[in-house]
Amino acid sequence: MDFDFLKETVLLLLSGVPLLLQLSFFSIAAGALFAVLLALMRLSGNPVLDYAARSYVFVFRGTPLLVQIFLIYYGLGQFPEIRQSFLWPFLREPYWCALLALTLNTAAYSSEIIRGGILSVPFGQIEAARACGMSRGLIFRRIIVPQGLIVALPAYGNEIILMTRSTALASTITLMEVTGIASKLISETFRAVEVFICAGAIYLILNFAISRAIALLERRLSPQFHTPALAAAVPERA
Amino acid sequence: MMGSGSNNQPAVSARNLRKRFGALEVLKGISLDAHEGDVISILGASGSGKSTLLRCINLLEIPDDGEVVVAGESIALRTGRRGRREPVDRAQVDRIRMQVAMVFQNFNLWSHMTVIENVIEAPVHVQKRPRAEAMREAEALLDKVGIAEKRDAYPAHLSGGQQQRAAIARALAMHPRVMLFDEPTSALDPELVGEVLRVMRTLAVEGRTMLVVTHEMGFAREVSNRVIFLNQGVIEEEGKPAELFAAPKSERLRQFLSSHLQV
Repeated sequence: MDFDFLKETVLLLLSGVPLLLQLSFFSIAAGALFAVLLALMRLSGNPVLDYAARSYVFVFRGTPLLVQIFLIYYGLGQFPEIRQSFLWPFLREPYWCALLALTLNTAAYSSEIIRGGILSVPFGQIEAARACGMSRGLIFRRIIVPQGLIVALPAYGNEIILMTRSTALASTITLMEVTGIASKLISETFRAVEVFICAGAIYLILNFAISRAIALLERRLSPQFHTPALAAAVPERA
Repeated sequence: MMGSGSNNQPAVSARNLRKRFGALEVLKGISLDAHEGDVISILGASGSGKSTLLRCINLLEIPDDGEVVVAGESIALRTGRRGRREPVDRAQVDRIRMQVAMVFQNFNLWSHMTVIENVIEAPVHVQKRPRAEAMREAEALLDKVGIAEKRDAYPAHLSGGQQQRAAIARALAMHPRVMLFDEPTSALDPELVGEVLRVMRTLAVEGRTMLVVTHEMGFAREVSNRVIFLNQGVIEEEGKPAELFAAPKSERLRQFLSSHLQV
């Protein structure tokens, strides 16, 4: 084992971590906002909004993220309208294209997770809230969000981890995050196994931290599941 | 009218309510007045429209026709774009619902909140009362319904009877003019029915205005001052419980009573 090489590789790869985290954090944050909007459109009861959201989810879940990234990065520049618009300074940058593709992609998946969370709240509890004179906004904030969040969190944790790994695809449009740096190192050293082991370890550690944070959040958000009487009745949820 | 209140205006009245679900007409023009202090039991076989009547009064169901008046204020309804009836002003409905509290068959406590949080939720967030005051009052209410020691428990840790008593405390916390009870003991184990009925009896003695859909004939006979018997969406018979139970006029009610009184 060439420990010096491994150490050097890890240090080089770590320099890609800030970009990785940026892509992951911003796309998840923006994607979550968009996803809430999509979920509310699905549940609005308005056929036009519902159908629009449905179609969006169908397209973005049904095509590979890599294809979406390529279409945005190589495709949008084909339109003179876009090249002349105020968006071009952003859309010609691979960073913004990657961020846009990741955001649009995660929004499609997350909207379904959020919709499931909202639907999981027992209807009787919503009726009780209405019967108390709560407005729609208040019911959403006080009754639906706190309960839906607990239900959605395990699935949403998956999505966060998935997105963190998906940032690797940004390397295909020249971004030098961890995988991008790894590819460059391999083309220079031809030591694919060692480099990818180091890169894989970095992703593993990041995702370990994320999954711990989610588990912690889950515990904090659902005190009603962690009191002794129920702990005995409900199988332990790791 | 049998009102015993200080003024002649009913606390709540329903006029000619009609409601259909698809081809099924559940309410076929029902009118009733509840005056201050009335305790009205609503009886009827399942499917007779009792629950729907109650749910129309606080607009959980929107009646297809007819009018609901709470404390002299008529709830404005209109026919929406897709031909469905809807409230003209949601804020009015929300405001009126605060005065017409509801206790449900399945309790419907908010499962992510402790008992006391359930009780102060509407006073603090809907009625904007100071939290400390709402807390003090909630403690007194929980004491009144006999579950003071469960204030910090979550609903899932309570028995059905305790949950229903917490739900009654939650309804009382809004200082409603009228309380609607939708089969409040039907989901309970037989040995838990008594503790809920005892609380309801106390409320009746205090002079609260109550509309109670129930299968508890003892409660209807002893506690209420008026009984309404619904059959297939119309009021088949109504009157004082003593008269109604002793001498039912309609054949339907006779059959209903004989099947419910022989235990």
